Amino acid sequence: MRMRNGISILLGLVLAIAGSGAALAQQTIKVAYTDPLSGPFAQVGDANLKQMQYIIDFINAKGGALGKKFELVPFDNKSQPSDALIALKSATDQNMPFIMQCSGSNIAAALIDGVNKHNDRNPDNRIIYLNCGAVAPELTNEQCSFWHFRFDLHAAMKAEVMVRALPKDTTKVYLINQDYLFGQSVQRELRTYLGKLRPDVQIVGDELIPLGKIKDFSPYITKIKASGAQALMTGNWGPDMNLLIKAGIDAGADLRYYTFYAHLAGGPTAIGAGGEGRVLSVMSFGENVAPEVGNKEAEAFTKGFRDKHKFDFSAAGFRTIFEYLQAATNKAGAVDATKIAYALEGMTIRDFLGFETTMRKDDHQLISEYFVGIFKKGVKYDAENTGLGWATAATVLAKDVDQPNTCKMKRPR
Amino acid sequence: MEVFVVSLLNGLVYGMLLFMLASGLTLILSMMGVLNFAHASAYMLGAYFAYTISLYVGFWPALIVAPVLCGLVGAAIEMWGLRRVHRHGHIAELLFTFGIALVIEKAVQMTWGLLPVPYRVPELLDFPLFRIYGTQFPAYRAFMLLISALMFGAIWLGLTRTRVGLVIQAALTHPDMASALGHNVPRIFTLVFAAGTALAGLAGVIGGNYQVTEPAMAFTMGPIVFVVVVFGGLGSLTGCFIASILMGLIQTFAVVFDVSLADLLAKFGVTVTASTPFAEILTVTLPRIGALLPFLMMVLILVFRPRGLMGTRDT
Repeated sequence: MRMRNGISILLGLVLAIAGSGAALAQQTIKVAYTDPLSGPFAQVGDANLKQMQYIIDFINAKGGALGKKFELVPFDNKSQPSDALIALKSATDQNMPFIMQCSGSNIAAALIDGVNKHNDRNPDNRIIYLNCGAVAPELTNEQCSFWHFRFDLHAAMKAEVMVRALPKDTTKVYLINQDYLFGQSVQRELRTYLGKLRPDVQIVGDELIPLGKIKDFSPYITKIKASGAQALMTGNWGPDMNLLIKAGIDAGADLRYYTFYAHLAGGPTAIGAGGEGRVLSVMSFGENVAPEVGNKEAEAFTKGFRDKHKFDFSAAGFRTIFEYLQAATNKAGAVDATKIAYALEGMTIRDFLGFETTMRKDDHQLISEYFVGIFKKGVKYDAENTGLGWATAATVLAKDVDQPNTCKMKRPR
Repeated sequence: MEVFVVSLLNGLVYGMLLFMLASGLTLILSMMGVLNFAHASAYMLGAYFAYTISLYVGFWPALIVAPVLCGLVGAAIEMWGLRRVHRHGHIAELLFTFGIALVIEKAVQMTWGLLPVPYRVPELLDFPLFRIYGTQFPAYRAFMLLISALMFGAIWLGLTRTRVGLVIQAALTHPDMASALGHNVPRIFTLVFAAGTALAGLAGVIGGNYQVTEPAMAFTMGPIVFVVVVFGGLGSLTGCFIASILMGLIQTFAVVFDVSLADLLAKFGVTVTASTPFAEILTVTLPRIGALLPFLMMVLILVFRPRGLMGTRDT
């Protein structure tokens, strides 16, 4: 026992020395990344991590920023806001200038609050929160913060993209959403933008379903058919989306499915060949965009990931985040959170696909192009080895999703 | 009319799937008194086994082999686990099966990953059997109905026309007396547990491609199966059958009727506005709570008829 204690103390000393050595040699710009890396949603965090690592390696090969390389430091938050705050604490303890988080608006809200407090209290050790996918509109409106930058369109913008992608001959739609905060806001925004942009479209059904409780969607399909709807619009994710589309295809319903999440991991597998030409998804990036717009460099970049990994490179759009960081850090001239945040505000970048993007100054919301993909055969890069993939059905430009905001930004000195 | 007929068919298919799952559980629960939390896990295992087997030899051999494998897993759990835990009482058994369910879920995640697997309907059955009012009725659903009907017949014949069946029946109604008469009750227990798990496995084989084969499928199917068993009553296969069909139909038709309590009150001349007390609850439409109706019915039947629809003993 005594012996073992001795060894562990020795080990501790060695680690401490090694650790301080690493700190002395700190020549990297550290980006803390927190998302679920264990538990039921581990797949999401793990896939994001691998894709970001690929992107960071690429950015570093292009020189990083200020002669330093970016380094990604993962923290598991188990989908819990409290664990995300622990990650924030570790990140600030190690003086990291950035923390990044993608899934869960409740976690994002907690992080915004935590980052605000920390930065108020520690003016010498501030941190910027990079939001790569928490999409509640409130985060850049009522709750907006100088330290929070969102690099994905929020739910209301995505709803607008979906409505804009609706073909002219579709005049009857059916809405199905999950009965909780996210589903209800999708329902509200879809109704708003249908009313605004497509007054000719009639909403023949509008339904909320209990989250994750339904095992058989056939009765819903019967109802939808009876309503005469031509298109189904849904923010459902996971089994609630997979089973819904599957039931519709099985019943041979003559419907098009407009979704937010059908392109994410697991969706194409569950939908299968029966979804050919019927399923559409609102996405920030698709693997076939680059070949479609004839951008060889972007295609090679995407293909490089595909050659190395077994899953689809759906998050290539994250490259825009790191290009913003690279440009803003260089512009700020120092790895200093306050200076970088001011540099990011209002910055404009042409992203790797060749589209104009802006980090809007008023609310720190990225305004970028967005795509609506259609699931079909004969595309260059298929999804999840199904033989079918996402072809671009519609491209919505940044200027078209530039929705107003209610943010009253407080800027520090 | 159109909606009614299609919904009736849908409800029947779903009800029969529930029955396949619940029949095994009702045998286990009424005979051994074990509330088997791992039952839906066997359903999931059946689907995953069938997926893997069908990759190599096709769907039809999988239809036989996967349930047998599930049965073997069940027998192993009973012989080396449950039997030892049995002497420590019901709580220990309950916790044991709960633990097994978690272990199986984790094992499935580690073996097949967190994402759905592409387990598909065999090509031979992948066509619409007929069209009714413009809605396709897939041949695979008819096949599901056929299999579950065959299963119901086989279990019923097995229980009433074979010697083992008679002993099982005796043990269902009078477990102590059956053991006092010198029957090898532990062996029958193993047999029943294995058979129950195999039935759940079979349900998984044909339910896995009807729905989606993914690690959460056990968790979503679990609760509703308990409702069916409790509602149908202990020791009654017929009760279980009726309860399954009833639950299938209730859930299906609840979706179709867009009514709320407010509409019902309107018939009596009461108008519900935003200022009416409980307006939130009164205006919730039936489809939004349809998935919860079976649980409500379970509570009611436990209060008013604790032995269930056709049960022979109190729960």
